Amino acid sequence: MKKYIKDLFSGIYALLQGMYITNLNFWRPKVTEQYPEDRQTARQFERFRGELVFDMNDQNEHKCIACGLCARNCPNQSLEVITKSITTEDGKTKKVLDKFLYDLGSCTFCSVCTQSCAQKAIKWTNNFEHAVFNRSALVKQLNPEGSKAIERKPAVAAPKAAPAAGQNENQQ
Amino acid sequence: MLEVGGILSWIHEALSSSCPEWLTLLIEYVLIGVGFLALYALIALILILLERKVCAYYQCRLGPMRAGFWGLLQPFADMIKILMKEIIPLLKNDKFLFFTALFLVIIGSLCTFGALQFSKDLVGIDFNVGVFYVLAISSLGVLGILLAGWSSNNKYTMIGAMRAGAQLVSYELSSGLSLLTIVILGGTMQLSGLIEAQSETWFLFQTPFTWIAMVIYLIAGHAETNRGPFDLPEAESELTAGYHIEYSGITFGLFYVGEYVNMFTIAGIGTMVFLGGWQPFHINAEWAAGFNGVMDMIPTWLWFFAKAFGLVMLSLWVRWSFPRLRIDQLLHLEWKILMPISLLNMLLMALWVTVLVPLFA
Repeated sequence: MKKYIKDLFSGIYALLQGMYITNLNFWRPKVTEQYPEDRQTARQFERFRGELVFDMNDQNEHKCIACGLCARNCPNQSLEVITKSITTEDGKTKKVLDKFLYDLGSCTFCSVCTQSCAQKAIKWTNNFEHAVFNRSALVKQLNPEGSKAIERKPAVAAPKAAPAAGQNENQQ
Repeated sequence: MLEVGGILSWIHEALSSSCPEWLTLLIEYVLIGVGFLALYALIALILILLERKVCAYYQCRLGPMRAGFWGLLQPFADMIKILMKEIIPLLKNDKFLFFTALFLVIIGSLCTFGALQFSKDLVGIDFNVGVFYVLAISSLGVLGILLAGWSSNNKYTMIGAMRAGAQLVSYELSSGLSLLTIVILGGTMQLSGLIEAQSETWFLFQTPFTWIAMVIYLIAGHAETNRGPFDLPEAESELTAGYHIEYSGITFGLFYVGEYVNMFTIAGIGTMVFLGGWQPFHINAEWAAGFNGVMDMIPTWLWFFAKAFGLVMLSLWVRWSFPRLRIDQLLHLEWKILMPISLLNMLLMALWVTVLVPLFA
């Protein structure tokens, strides 16, 4: 009989505790995003992988050296690096980037390309509104027309430049 | 004042001045019937929206927001959708019982709904055994649910119906006993008489035993609506949907509506019996005359609906807080906890009324 009464009151106490917790939830701010209306203010996560872009600076220059590591590492061949050969002023033949094609339709957003890129030339943005009417519109050229690679110092300075670029990446 | 009595008597006078008596009565009966059905459907729609919104808020969501402002038109959209859906005929079932079950559930629910007293003048059914009528007619739903499960010829509906039978028959005991406790206190079974007895103080504040009776009534009533932690008959993870799997389109819709209005009916009966029905909140003291006057300004139907929806909110709170009980826990709760307590409570209430009150009177 004593146990019966004790169980009764402890049960009621436990139930009231549960109701107290759900009541706290009731008044808490709601997490639902009203998407098309709040696209300006919608909460975005920094690490969200929306779309692959080139990390351009303000002189319309990118960091890609057309090594093709990203394209070779890509598990479903979403990337295509088309190179061309140019002759520099001192008469050397040099391989530079012509077109960097990115097929968004076959990308799985695994991020192997950005991890394998030694120059940190490609990065993710938060843009997720990719819908188009034609599949061919999903193939994007990442290097804008008229852009060129950043001029590099001779090979001695190159190891220093790469860590500096890496630091910039982390700060963003 | 914002009472509806004036409108009703105006309609009656306008009709009886231009029609013979039998025609007046006929028109009035039809009007009352249509009015009750409209209120029935409207309350179901309001409750469906309320349920979805409150459920969403307990889960930190917003709920329906698209149809109309703040999702207010969502239940109307749902209703139009469900009216247009096909009623799928079954091959091997008892067609007669299949549809009779539906009407039993709806008739039971509607007749109980008719016993509610919405305001001082807006009363559907009121006779001297009102509480008995409510208890009797509300158990018609059990029959409907059992028949629905049986006639669907489906093992899940059968299990659901059997669970519903066990649950509803058990919980009717303690809800009936707690209503009887109030009948002892009020000294009448007439619902209007019970409400009249609460004109100075609600039953809730008259004795401590009313609190126990009310808690037990709310738990048992909650179980009778097959909701919340007591939704074993339609446990969707075990029985897909319980006794109404085979009903489609509006036949399912009627079950759904019936369930939601039952929730309101339980809250309404609880309001009438424990919280004074349409009676305003009064403090029974000399100095509170001004306060009582202000409370009297609020129309009585507003009092009723505010209290009833308050109890509905409590029921929703419970529903979205607790996990579902197992069938043995369910029956344990009724037969070993609620029923002994309500029997004891009734005994104590009888002693209070017969011994203690005359002693100090």
